[in-house]
Amino acid sequence: MTVLDERRAVEQRLRPRQTGPRRRDRSIRGWVRRGGLVTLLFALPMILVFTVYSWWPILQSIWMSFQKTNLITYQFVGLDNFVNVLSDPLLGRAVVNTLYFALLALVFGFPLPILMAVLMSEVKRMKGLYSALAYLPVIVPPVVAVLLWKFFYSASPTGVFNTILGVLGIPPQPWIQDATQAMPSLVLEATWAAAGGSIIIYLAALLAVPPELYDAAEVDGASIWRKIWHVTLPQLRGVIFVMLILQVIATAQVFLEPYLFTGGGPNNATVTVLLLIYRYAFENSLGGKYGEATALSVMLALFLAAASFLYFKATEKWSTD
Amino acid sequence: MKSPTKVIAIAAAFATVASLAACSTGGSADGKIELRVATFPPGADQAAYDAFATQEAQFEKKYPNIDIIGVEYEWEGPTFTAQLAAGSLPDVFTVPFTDAKTLLENGQLADVTEEIKALGYEDKFNPIILDAVKDSKGHLFGFPRQAYALGLQYNRQLFEQAGLDPDSPPTTWDQVREYAKQISEKTGKAGYATMTQNNTGGWQLTAQAASRGGFLQSDDGTTSTIANDGVKATLQYFHDLRWDDNSMGDNFLLDWGSINQEFAAGNIGMYTSGSDLYTALVRDFSLDPAVYGLTTIPMEDGGKVLGGGDIAVLPPSLDADTKAAAVKWVDWYYMQKLLNKDAAVADAKALSDSGQAVGTPVLPVLDQATYEESLTWIEPYVNVPRDQMQGFIDGIFEQTPVGEPKSHTQEIYALLDPIVQAVLTDRNADIDALLAQADKDAQALIGG
Repeated sequence: MTVLDERRAVEQRLRPRQTGPRRRDRSIRGWVRRGGLVTLLFALPMILVFTVYSWWPILQSIWMSFQKTNLITYQFVGLDNFVNVLSDPLLGRAVVNTLYFALLALVFGFPLPILMAVLMSEVKRMKGLYSALAYLPVIVPPVVAVLLWKFFYSASPTGVFNTILGVLGIPPQPWIQDATQAMPSLVLEATWAAAGGSIIIYLAALLAVPPELYDAAEVDGASIWRKIWHVTLPQLRGVIFVMLILQVIATAQVFLEPYLFTGGGPNNATVTVLLLIYRYAFENSLGGKYGEATALSVMLALFLAAASFLYFKATEKWSTD
Repeated sequence: MKSPTKVIAIAAAFATVASLAACSTGGSADGKIELRVATFPPGADQAAYDAFATQEAQFEKKYPNIDIIGVEYEWEGPTFTAQLAAGSLPDVFTVPFTDAKTLLENGQLADVTEEIKALGYEDKFNPIILDAVKDSKGHLFGFPRQAYALGLQYNRQLFEQAGLDPDSPPTTWDQVREYAKQISEKTGKAGYATMTQNNTGGWQLTAQAASRGGFLQSDDGTTSTIANDGVKATLQYFHDLRWDDNSMGDNFLLDWGSINQEFAAGNIGMYTSGSDLYTALVRDFSLDPAVYGLTTIPMEDGGKVLGGGDIAVLPPSLDADTKAAAVKWVDWYYMQKLLNKDAAVADAKALSDSGQAVGTPVLPVLDQATYEESLTWIEPYVNVPRDQMQGFIDGIFEQTPVGEPKSHTQEIYALLDPIVQAVLTDRNADIDALLAQADKDAQALIGG
């Protein structure tokens, strides 16, 4: 077969496509022949699991937000649950507390992993050891970590942190026993617990930064800080944007820390939106405020979905350039 | 269909469907009625299970067609409704007096009027206690099985270390304050503590206010009276012990479990809780029995002692056979030991043989005479240090008991938690303003 023959054969095979799409076989057999059945069978386990454990409960929750129920009897109440939630004086407090937590986590917790990842990427020796150390807190089960920190936060002068402060000449602090200090204390632990995961992601992203850019910057006489500012951070911004929205979504749903550390106290200083949802559903479950709980959940989900959408729209260009 | 991908896909789909189907299969006994009954809270020691196994064998010998399956159980509002809806509650379990009325009004408990009548001891119950399980039509929804009064728990070892006589516990609130200060100064531990979280802050505030003659609601439960002198005095008392005397330690986020834990660890001198607490303190919190002390809560200005208790109940969904078996179990396990000498002795012996508490002070759910007689039956098996509880045993029948607030009890307690926390964590907390707001919120709950 000459080269020309071969080329002709290839053209022959390609011809049907070049001459326009063939009429699609819409029958079930056609679908099966195209591999639709196999695809469906592969996806079936996940579809079933998601349907049973995610989508169906989500739909039920939305439906429940319009009902008054104790899980045995159900009564449609329209928007009553939403009205009840919005007129609850504790809602404002919970929203403010959640925003406060998110703000503190953003200001202190967000830049820290970026900074640490950049610094760690500059380290030449024992990189793996630093990565492992940074990731270690993530391995500790969250509940265990909180209970450990609760012990560290003992307000007694002999508490772990207060002993350390004592060495530095700082008087003992009340930590979570005080309405003003409780929330920053929660953020401190949350940052410690979550930073490791973020650091690993940033470290991976840093590997993708082309070394030529640094070389070029060096030729131009850039200092290390200018290299970070003009090369590293712009190269990381796609990842930073995704991490930022993930953090905002996560902090808007903060529950574990206030639930385990303080139960929302002292004097509601750490009641968050999710803790309020929990309280609606479970604190006085005898009558059942499941309707209010799901109503607030639906509102929170809608808010987060809208915020995420706007965020991605606003940063679409910036993050993909 | 020869490609391996198709085979894998079908196998995966089949496995998923099969595993989902497996979730819904249930077991059944061979001709026996399986009865799932509540035993202990998670964390109980092995000895408790040994005692239960003995009792289970005794019961099954008497009723060979019933197979008893002990289930770990702890009353928790959060999980109760979900368990009830999901059908995963035991067939026999217990609920506190506080919640019984709401549950029966919601149709969440089985009607056992006929069964109690057939057993013939309806008239023996203390009528005030029986009222907690009765609906507006006089139907009964459970068996009151145990009642307690609030008492002042104290650590004898800390008393001794502070130079106090553990056999002469305080009898007035002023003395409690004085002793607390002494304990804190001498030992560095919290002289006095109170619960603040998960509705228990409200519960204990209610109890201590009642001892000062302050009650949260009118007798019929239709009007909130939270901003009364007893409640104010109690909060002021907390404030003074915390900020003036510094005798309440440094942990103000405590609930029933965590305060017990701190007490068992020797970090708390005194606190108020149920008179039957000793059993749980030793069984679940590893308290050294030698350090335990219990006396009555001091009474002032027409004060009353807050009581409580629990009720053995059945879910409404049981079929007739299981319900009949469940009633037999309730009668045998909970009630006969209150009524019948042989049953009381057998129960006490089984508990005592496995090192479980026998003789913890309670309030009678039946008439007082039956209760006192039952104590003489089990006397040889009493193994709790009743001499360390003498203050309570001698004083309790001189106090007037009062029930918990009738309307929206747990929600009202939840309203009061942050107030107790505020007083203990903020020196400048405005007690009057906090109470005025709570009163308004409580009235909205009661009226709404």
